[in-house]
Amino acid sequence: MDLALKDLGEYVAAALPNEVLGATTINDELAFTVHRDAVLKVLKFLRDDANCQFKQLMDVCGVDYPEREKRFDVVYNLLSLVHNVRARIKLETDEVTPVPSAAGIFSSAGWWEREAWDMYGIAFADHPDLRRILTDYGFEGHPLRKDFPLTGYVEVRYDDEQKRVVYEPVKLTQEFRTFDFLSPWEGALRLPGDEKATKS
Amino acid sequence: MVETRIRNFNLNFGPQHPAAHGVLRLVLEMDGEVIERADPHIGLLHRGTEKLIEHKSYLQAVPYFDRLDYVAPQNQEHAFALAVEKLLGIAPPPRGQYIRVLYAEIGRILNHILNVCSYAMDVGAMTPMLWAFEERERLMEFCERASGARLHMAYFRPGGVARDLPVGLVEDIHAWNEQFLKVVDDIETLLTENRIFKQRTVDIGRIGPEDALDWGFSGPNLRASGFAWDLRKSQPYDAYAEMDFDVPVGKNGDCYDRYLIRMHEMRESVKIIRQCLERMPSGRAMTDNRKIAPPPRGDMKGSMEDLIHHFKLYTEGYHVPAGETYTAVEAPKGEFGVYLVSDGTNRPYRCKIRAPGFAHLQALEFLSRGHMLADVVANIGSIDIVFGEIDR
Repeated sequence: MDLALKDLGEYVAAALPNEVLGATTINDELAFTVHRDAVLKVLKFLRDDANCQFKQLMDVCGVDYPEREKRFDVVYNLLSLVHNVRARIKLETDEVTPVPSAAGIFSSAGWWEREAWDMYGIAFADHPDLRRILTDYGFEGHPLRKDFPLTGYVEVRYDDEQKRVVYEPVKLTQEFRTFDFLSPWEGALRLPGDEKATKS
Repeated sequence: MVETRIRNFNLNFGPQHPAAHGVLRLVLEMDGEVIERADPHIGLLHRGTEKLIEHKSYLQAVPYFDRLDYVAPQNQEHAFALAVEKLLGIAPPPRGQYIRVLYAEIGRILNHILNVCSYAMDVGAMTPMLWAFEERERLMEFCERASGARLHMAYFRPGGVARDLPVGLVEDIHAWNEQFLKVVDDIETLLTENRIFKQRTVDIGRIGPEDALDWGFSGPNLRASGFAWDLRKSQPYDAYAEMDFDVPVGKNGDCYDRYLIRMHEMRESVKIIRQCLERMPSGRAMTDNRKIAPPPRGDMKGSMEDLIHHFKLYTEGYHVPAGETYTAVEAPKGEFGVYLVSDGTNRPYRCKIRAPGFAHLQALEFLSRGHMLADVVANIGSIDIVFGEIDR
């Protein structure tokens, strides 16, 4: 299984040398990293090539790495029923540059991309209908970004005098507590005397 | 001659509508009684599950999966447990795998009972709901006996299941399992050849094989369009590789075929449950890796090391090696996937939940265009949507 996946990865990388930046096989999962602007070409190739036939786009999602210059990853998960293989395509983008929309190649991409726009603010160029999808009407911000607080900025309640639901800034009766359970004894922190432990 | 202008009008369907299966707001553009455009507005049940999971340890994230598709909670946990196990590089012991398969199939029956019967109610048949919910109640009792909770089990944990089955449960499930087919037969006599039911479902919401792939269909809805594709068969996980069962495949991809597939899948689930019970191995139900699974309560009283393990697991949790995986299971509604990114700490860096209903609901406009208003209700029922998983 692993070998066949590796072969497939090499085959795709050889067929699209300028578009595919790398192909990896980890945990029996095939993953490609591609140029942002070449993603449509890669998706089309993977869908139509006889050795690939990834006819289904199962998922599109964003991942946020705020410390990077191009902070977002966009991840496409593909499935080929014919060959019983999955593949993953990843590309990097920043907050302002739009990613070409895959909705013209896979109809299912429409809503997944709307969700990525809603949650992360990743723009998709030539998307037929790029509206927010999961958040409230009139919502501001992109909630899954790492710099968006877990509690959000506004809360709603029904106001009996105005006879409608009103939005107010979040009031916490107790400050949101986040506990750092990471052990200082394992991992990055170096304490004086640590160097002795490595000496045999 | 007086010129009359004919204008399409918009109809607001939901968010509070008994046939919307939850909180679906559907903006329909109609030409007379024919649907021109259907625009589902979703997100009314959005709870930010993915964001919450990023702030919880891996074990604390498990119960959030129950609350996605609350009709068959254990199947969601299954995907998360498998994803974490894949990154950790561990596998549950055989008994744990069998218990998981057993309860995953119970979840499938729970789901199909609810879907088929509420669907029948949407198109006018009341009795199946009343009959089958009795069985659903019995199944939830089995869930309660295994985990303590009727619905939100939090039972499938990374490394196995939370606890072993209590004494006598296997026999009781077996007794129930042997009489359940009678109930399925009864429901089928009410629906399958029923003239009204067929008028409402046959040739409604047809989707061909090419379109089904294009719209990302999975599970029973994909099989109804003619694909013999089932993740339990093609990419078997846990003990499914050892199970003998058939995959029903439809021909027409219409509402009626989707109903037939679900009825048949319940029969296959009964077969799988029987095999699980007959071959249930003995031994542990949870891995004995103390860095992942807590020690038995009794041991903690006498062993300092076990006490430390328990304390560490319930405060810090375990660290998952950095990496990423997309792991999917055949949930009753279709392919339920978890895309998990770990950065090596005790919390998931990103946990994207791929809900089957999201893709299916997206195709609602495709299914409904050109049909009558009443057929929208039939389509919503037949693609089996639950808003817990769509809105997350």
